[in-house]
Amino acid sequence: MTEKVLMKGNEAIAEAAILAGCRHYFGYPITPQTEVAAYMAKKMPKIGGTFLQAESEIAAINMVYGVASTGKPAMTSSSSPGISLKCEGISYLAGADLPALIVNVQRGGPGLGGIQPSQSDYFLATRGPGHGDFHVLVFAPASVQEMADLTGKALHLAWKYRMPAMLLADGTMGQMMEPVALPEPHEAFGTDNPWATTGTLMAREHNIVNSLELAPEVLEQKNLARFERYAQAEAEECLWEEYLMDDAEICIVSYGITARISRNAIVQARKEGIRVGMIRPITLWPFPNEPLKAAADKVDSFLVVELNMGQMKEDVELAIRCRKPVDFCGRVGGMIPTPDEVLDHIHALAEGRR
Amino acid sequence: MADHEIVIAGFGGQGLLFTGKVLAHAGLIEGRELSWLPSYGPEMRGGTANCNVILSDTPVGSPIVQHPNVLIVMNTPSLDKYEPMVVPGGKIFVDSTLITRTVERDDVEAFYIPATQMATDMGYHGLANMILLGAVLAKTGCVDDGTVDEALHHVIPARKANLFDANKACIEAGKAYVC
Repeated sequence: MTEKVLMKGNEAIAEAAILAGCRHYFGYPITPQTEVAAYMAKKMPKIGGTFLQAESEIAAINMVYGVASTGKPAMTSSSSPGISLKCEGISYLAGADLPALIVNVQRGGPGLGGIQPSQSDYFLATRGPGHGDFHVLVFAPASVQEMADLTGKALHLAWKYRMPAMLLADGTMGQMMEPVALPEPHEAFGTDNPWATTGTLMAREHNIVNSLELAPEVLEQKNLARFERYAQAEAEECLWEEYLMDDAEICIVSYGITARISRNAIVQARKEGIRVGMIRPITLWPFPNEPLKAAADKVDSFLVVELNMGQMKEDVELAIRCRKPVDFCGRVGGMIPTPDEVLDHIHALAEGRR
Repeated sequence: MADHEIVIAGFGGQGLLFTGKVLAHAGLIEGRELSWLPSYGPEMRGGTANCNVILSDTPVGSPIVQHPNVLIVMNTPSLDKYEPMVVPGGKIFVDSTLITRTVERDDVEAFYIPATQMATDMGYHGLANMILLGAVLAKTGCVDDGTVDEALHHVIPARKANLFDANKACIEAGKAYVC
């Protein structure tokens, strides 16, 4: 490991993407993720890469599509309203089986909403951001270190599965600084992509990158083949962290900034003798269904903590087949629950009041 | 060493985030666990802004300081907002040039430093934040003096490297004032 440096989460994303081999960034400014673009603007020209501030979010995602078609790693970043604009392009990327990294540093919504932190794009990210049957890989970092580590992972897994990946952070994660050990530089990838449109040199058939297929029987096969890759990703790429789950009677499920807040509440509750632990999904798609199902055999209840109206709560209930009660603690609009608010919910569950 | 959960609050432009960065870098150099969280958005351009810094020997959970044990305030609205949140026994550092009222609670330690006036008198207009930082270092020992010097070299941009001595002089003045 290299020596630790102090960086904002947004800067860590940018540096980690470069270290992972990404040389093409397209974006459009929006709070609270503008530091990603600012960092790229400074750095990319010095290393022979491309930084381009597009005329809109839609233009930026389509530029990503263009670079991805040539088999080169490309990325864009934005915050919630900008991600809505990118959804058409993300669907086209999925339909053309193209890899790409999309960073979403979420803010409160819907609409223009506000600029303070939020996790209200959980549904958007995990249900497929755009029309059609598809998924994107979704990563939910809970520290600046994970902002860096998961950026590289997302880029490489996007290539492995030929599908878009989304880093789903929030304003707090983007703006805060923590010590981070940057990953080792990775050899630039994208050199051996037999599907890429790189020129045939009259030596092979043309590669065609396109999401249009008018023959329904062919389009169906393409969808089925895509879902075989999704099944493999679900089987092999799910990430989560368990915290004090061995003897837990209450299981908190939380990701990103709210997992950090929940951790404080858990430490306090443990001091009071309440057996509470946490399962923290690190990938939101694939979702850690198996560890949650296993936990449902042991714990009395679950508590989901998120910055939205209970979006992941549905996935937890599905994962455990509603076998145990699932309580919810959340704030919205850019408000963030305090550890004491989470602790109040833990107390209520422990005393059987809920 | 005990955890230091620090809130630095005042107007945007007073160098609140910079002060936090000096502390955070010093913590990094000392190999401690830490987080630095700024307020962001319109308040950075003149409204009430703040910065949360946590220095700890164990991994930091929430980076949001709910109950500070060190509070540095550079305007009255910030004292009004954060005074009730300070833990009993916590330390409050007040720029008494800009805040005329005193701390109401009697279960905390309050230090009144006319930092803005002192900085102006020293010819370092705009470095009241460093005078307050000096007082904090003297009264809390949250990071070591040596690492603060090194942190300053990291945090002061290269084009302003000549300001190191000014920053250092203000830190020393702040220390001397409370000792």
